[in-house]
Amino acid sequence: MKTLLRNRKALVGLVIIALIVIVAIAAPLLTQYDPAARTGRPHQPPSLDHLLGTTRIGQDVFARLIYGARTSLAVGFGAGLLITLVGTALGIISGYRGGRTDEIISFFTNMALVVPNLPLLLVLAAFIGQASPLVIALILGATSWAWGARVTRAETLSVKQKDFVKSAEMMGEPQWRIMTFEIFPNVISIVGINFIGSVIFAIITEATLEFLGLGDPRAISWGTMLYNAQKASALSVGAWWDILTPCFALAFLGIGMSLLNFAVDEIANPRLRTGNHLKRWSLLVRSGEGRL
Amino acid sequence: MTDAILALDQVSKTFGHGSGAVHAARAISFSLHAGRALALVGESGSGKTTCARMAMREYLPTSGRILYKGRPVEAAKSAEIARYRRSVQMIFQDPFASLNPAHTIAHHLRRPLKLHRPDIKGTEIDATVRELLQRVRLDPDLVAPKYPHELSGGQRQRVNIARALAVKPEVIVADEPTSMLDVSVRLGVLNLLNEMKQEMKLGLLYITHDIATARYVAEDIAVMYAGQIVEWGSVAKVIDNPLHPYTRLLLSAVPDPDVRFEDPKARLRPDEVEDIRRRSAVPQDETVEVEQGHFMRMI
Amino acid sequence: MTQPLLSVRNLTIDYIGEEKDFRAVNDVSFDVAPGEVFGLAGESGCGKSTIAFAISRLHKPPALIRKESRILLDGRDVLGLDRQALSAFRWRDVAMVFQSAMNSLNPVLRIEAQFYDMLRTHKGMSRAAARERTAEMLTLVDIAPDRMRDYPHQFSGGMRQRIVIAICMALDPKLVVMDEPTTALDVVVQREILQRINELRRRFGFSVLFITHDLGLMVQFCDRIGIMLSGRLVEQNTAEAIYRTPRHDYTKKLWASFPSLHGGVLL
Repeated sequence: MKTLLRNRKALVGLVIIALIVIVAIAAPLLTQYDPAARTGRPHQPPSLDHLLGTTRIGQDVFARLIYGARTSLAVGFGAGLLITLVGTALGIISGYRGGRTDEIISFFTNMALVVPNLPLLLVLAAFIGQASPLVIALILGATSWAWGARVTRAETLSVKQKDFVKSAEMMGEPQWRIMTFEIFPNVISIVGINFIGSVIFAIITEATLEFLGLGDPRAISWGTMLYNAQKASALSVGAWWDILTPCFALAFLGIGMSLLNFAVDEIANPRLRTGNHLKRWSLLVRSGEGRL
Repeated sequence: MTDAILALDQVSKTFGHGSGAVHAARAISFSLHAGRALALVGESGSGKTTCARMAMREYLPTSGRILYKGRPVEAAKSAEIARYRRSVQMIFQDPFASLNPAHTIAHHLRRPLKLHRPDIKGTEIDATVRELLQRVRLDPDLVAPKYPHELSGGQRQRVNIARALAVKPEVIVADEPTSMLDVSVRLGVLNLLNEMKQEMKLGLLYITHDIATARYVAEDIAVMYAGQIVEWGSVAKVIDNPLHPYTRLLLSAVPDPDVRFEDPKARLRPDEVEDIRRRSAVPQDETVEVEQGHFMRMI
Repeated sequence: MTQPLLSVRNLTIDYIGEEKDFRAVNDVSFDVAPGEVFGLAGESGCGKSTIAFAISRLHKPPALIRKESRILLDGRDVLGLDRQALSAFRWRDVAMVFQSAMNSLNPVLRIEAQFYDMLRTHKGMSRAAARERTAEMLTLVDIAPDRMRDYPHQFSGGMRQRIVIAICMALDPKLVVMDEPTTALDVVVQREILQRINELRRRFGFSVLFITHDLGLMVQFCDRIGIMLSGRLVEQNTAEAIYRTPRHDYTKKLWASFPSLHGGVLL
């Protein structure tokens, strides 16, 4: 954790995410408007009254933004968590147990990997019709775990060979304990990367599905904001605030998560570090203090 | 000499089959007794590690029997296997890889106690952990809360020894326990193993490629080459009076600061070496007792 | 007194960290005479490999060789060589054998290709001439020359190390640096290889810088030995003197760590 905080990218990423989370939680304190109600005249540009203007039907965009954050974050982290849990569990179990268990789980993993993700989601969402954010989160959790399972299984296979795992087996530790306490703590960096990646994926995909009209248009999330703005032809009528607000919000969250992702990557694999750790060395060489 | 705690009786292990079969061990027989150490010496590929793994029941032999207190254990049931697991402990070659980087030393020592010593409960567990660390000459206050990467190689190996001793085993299999340690700490660890062997009346199987340390640690020795034991017996007799050509070759190759390379005594002729290797690898059933307590395989 | 082949003076090497530096080699000075085998003994972290790398100019950042350091080979300033001179220097003046032969040989090239690669670059040899030279070198290290068309994985560990040594000697270097060349091999192979190297150096006259932690082996093989501890050269003497009359406490401690075949320790 300490190394994470020392890394600049991680720090900036965490600050961004924390900011969004705080704003989402404090929504009622930051705006007096009900995000679903008509509280102003249609398509008003930003003003003191409505900080980010109003939508086509007169809802306050700022209110929708910060209440919408709740939904997007909840779906993002919720689905991300589900994806990671399923993927990690299946990956460790199939990697450690090997044999038939591995064959069966790998079979399903390969199937899930082969089926193209977005088209499958489109079909499912269309089938369900007007999928609420919760349903979307569940669908994402049920279909997108395969990559994580694959990668975690690979890590597990390499950790399994280590002497300390053999030692635990010879000590007579039950298998579930070995998987939970010996293997899992040593694959945690891949789990972390999996989680962050899954959250990013879930947030973007939820927004995509809703933008395409497959979500519940009455729900309040950044995706539905995009959908409604698109339907109202916001850009062509000049109501840039209507469509750009959710765009920037998604981008901002995406940047925060990505920075965190890069940071965890760098920490897990020190060779990826971008070389400002050689600054002192270059200084010394240039001043003639030494050479290679 | 008391009865053997653990014995291998004509044990063979073959990996693979047909033309690609590897005969890692052929008709191996040896026994471990309380308070005595057997050094299993050989180069890499000689089969000594395979024997160690079979003694740990990690592999089952292709033929032959593994006898624990006189009873065969290859086909044992789970209760017997659990008893066996507790009674035979292993110390690995790589002191770092045998400890989980995610857990403290205290955790590493608590687990075996929780699993195998139901007689020790609650607060007694921590007291026992302290006692174990002291037994291997480590300061419990300094070492117990640390993580493996914070300790030196020698300290880690001592922790491994403490962990093996925690379950009150009867046999310890030490697979090259000091070859990855710095030279100046090796004897300390070997001395510790020796002390523990004597104090706790353990049977010690000491696997190594360094025959000089064999004399330091063990009373008995078995020299392996290409899966067979070519010479065995009491360590003094075998080392002072080697008779099998391979043993003699091995001993003459051990670095001896009294003999410079120029000295014709030290010269190894490549064709002679090839010849000895070839002949020693031939599977041979006949053995002979060359003197009391000293045996050799015919060549 | 003949001029030393290798002269190391005040060698100091630091590893530059983000906040602190680590001094791996601290003011080390020693000479290696032509045709001599000089051993550097010590445990892990003492700096012996760092010195070997410095002599071959193989270091990468964050290693830093401090400005007061001098390394002279046959009078030439090794540390000041520019890139062109350096490539001529490597293999021809100084060759290096590493611990793991697996890492030194390219697994996808045949043995003859590895020789040819080096001989063509440094001597502009034709394929035929290179093949001849390769056969010559392989015979010198007791490997059948008709095996030059094999791949590295077809040889055992000991044989691969011999091949590496053969490649190193193909250009008649003046100094061969060996960093724990036989530590991963069993004693018999170790003895065979080192014996061979001993014969070759008597015949061809090159010097050897031999790095290991096995003191007993060093006394057998080396003419002079330097003992390293935490970056410093704490004792330096003839092999005989290091064995019979060690002076520094650490040398004595090292001797006390080697068990003798005949009971007790080596000293």
